[in-house]
Amino acid sequence: MNVLTELVQSRELLTNLTLRELRGKYKRSILGWTWSLLNPISLMVIYTVVFGLLFGAQIDPGQNSGLDSFPIWLMCGLLPWNFVSQSLSGAMATVIGNAGLIKKVYFPRELLPFSLVLSLDVSFLIEMAVLLAFIAVLGSSVVGVLPWLVPALLLVVALTAYAAGLGLILAVANVYFRDVQYLFGILLNLWFYSTPVVYPISLVENFANSHNAPWLLTVYKANPMVEYVGIFRSLLYDWTAPGLSSTLYVLVWSVGIFVAGLWIFRRFEGRLAEEL
Amino acid sequence: MDQHRSDGSSGGSGPNAPAPRAARTATNAITVRNVSKKFRLYNDRNQSLKATLSRGRRARYEDFQALQDVSLDIEQGTTYGLIGENGSGKSTLLKCMARILRPEQGSIEVVGKVSALLELGAGFHPELSGRENVFLNAAILGLSGKEVTRRFDEIVEFAGLEQFIDSPVKNYSSGMYVRLGFSVAINVDPDVLLVDEVLAVGDEQFQRRCNEKFSEMRDKGKTIVVVSHGMSAMRTICDQVAWLEHGVLQKVGDAGEVIDEYIAQVQTDRQEVAEDETGARWGSGEAVIDHVEIVDRDNRPTTRLQTGDAVTVRIHFDARETVERPVFGFAVFTLEGLLVTGPNTREAGVECARIDGRGVVELTIDRMLLLPGTYDISVSLYDHAITHPYDFRQKVLRFDVEAGTPHETFGGVVSLDGRWAVTAADRSPARSGNTEP
Repeated sequence: MNVLTELVQSRELLTNLTLRELRGKYKRSILGWTWSLLNPISLMVIYTVVFGLLFGAQIDPGQNSGLDSFPIWLMCGLLPWNFVSQSLSGAMATVIGNAGLIKKVYFPRELLPFSLVLSLDVSFLIEMAVLLAFIAVLGSSVVGVLPWLVPALLLVVALTAYAAGLGLILAVANVYFRDVQYLFGILLNLWFYSTPVVYPISLVENFANSHNAPWLLTVYKANPMVEYVGIFRSLLYDWTAPGLSSTLYVLVWSVGIFVAGLWIFRRFEGRLAEEL
Repeated sequence: MDQHRSDGSSGGSGPNAPAPRAARTATNAITVRNVSKKFRLYNDRNQSLKATLSRGRRARYEDFQALQDVSLDIEQGTTYGLIGENGSGKSTLLKCMARILRPEQGSIEVVGKVSALLELGAGFHPELSGRENVFLNAAILGLSGKEVTRRFDEIVEFAGLEQFIDSPVKNYSSGMYVRLGFSVAINVDPDVLLVDEVLAVGDEQFQRRCNEKFSEMRDKGKTIVVVSHGMSAMRTICDQVAWLEHGVLQKVGDAGEVIDEYIAQVQTDRQEVAEDETGARWGSGEAVIDHVEIVDRDNRPTTRLQTGDAVTVRIHFDARETVERPVFGFAVFTLEGLLVTGPNTREAGVECARIDGRGVVELTIDRMLLLPGTYDISVSLYDHAITHPYDFRQKVLRFDVEAGTPHETFGGVVSLDGRWAVTAADRSPARSGNTEP
């Protein structure tokens, strides 16, 4: 519990470090914070053209929402995915990037990856607001989506814990082996296409069924991001509640990875100042 | 371990005797118990997975014992110095106290809020303004937002940066940067302040204010731990001093006593080193320099001269084979390694057709104008092109110069033996020639 008290005590520092990330980001760029909107929007346009138009991906209309728009459906998967992938690449670099600080001042080092993930949470929320605006324009009713925001925000919390825990592990691993960042770059691509972001999961289900290989689906679903993205999409695109098993599954992953990350980080943190 | 307990009346504080301390309890601010710390010195720092997998483990390393079984008690309200040569582990110990490094064995207990002045302005974000960085840096050092707001003006004023506080710190000069960093760190109001060689910061005015701030903290009964090489400063600032050598605690006690002992020890070490260095020698050896001597006006060998003396340097050589057109060189160095002069026979237009067997070269100096100090002589025997050394002997002879005439006490290495003339307004010159008879 020592760990937790220290973290609670340093919440003010966490706020300050997060503000540093937010303020330092996009400094000296003309468009500034607009970039954090242009980025997902450009991805949305690209994927819509490639997968929606050229490949002609068939997606079902939203169950309760009546939404029938590939861009919105895509954004519902892209936003949580981008948050996790950016959190992980960012968090991994924080420890090395702040070597000067770590060697000279003591503070709970976990705060570095945490503050980065929190700063991306802010972007995530802004992007969600944009998504909401799209839904309001294209959807049948604006009011209908509002109740689903509450569970969606809870899912953001769960995703944050997941990304922070994994980010801690990657950050400390990267200090000891600088290969981790390059290896991660490759794995991230693989991970992206193993997660139903640009295609519906029914594609994989159909493939597994038609080839009579249900194990394929089991392997596929071992990736927790399948569930995170699935729930986020069902909340905001279909306006349906996730089942109890899905909810528990996500909860266990989030808490498990967060605790594991904290434990591993604490374990190897002692020699950070020397190894950097 | 030999420990002295000083309460209130600290020894060795000289003229700057500390102001009376706030009532001091005999509790420890910092308790260091049996602390050992090893560093890994990597022979081949290859941090790649491939290298690790092919070796079957991470890079090969040797352990370097930076601290060995160190125990210290630092009482609340003392100003405590850590002294020792480079690599003695004093900075490592300070970093362990600051929790930046974690010792393998032993424990360090610190009571109260700690602020470490290890590097000023660590954690400043270059793109952010001074104002934003003050809040950030103070938070890193453990100050709450409310407290920073309350002390903000004081911090900025202390750093003298009122005008620049809203520009990004990347536009600050290094002095401004460090001043702001110091100002934040000192205004965090720590119970324990750890300082590593950062006392010499900024201009004279800022230095004075830093010292005032230090004594203010000491008066308030705060504990300060200082690492420094500046022994005279340590003597005035510190009550107690711990002397470390190769990670082992040598002595703990009153600042004056320990520092005296430390200086005595270090100086004997240095003399031994100097003797080792004497006699560095290289060359092909067809002809060699046997020895060098300085003789005074009465032809008596000496190593103790006075400024202005007439002296002769004699270089005794032995040419085992015939050497054509040799060039003899002679050089005088200060102990710090500054070359004072380095004449040779070729440049002086002195030709010697060949040498064979033993002989002597003399350099006669009518007025030796070195100022008081200790000097080393190096001599050389080269071929005519001065490319091939037959014999080169570094620091072959050491001699002392005492005050003579010209008499100068301002310092320096050599007298220019000039003459002064002061012309008064009535244009009757009052001359003072040099006083040499």
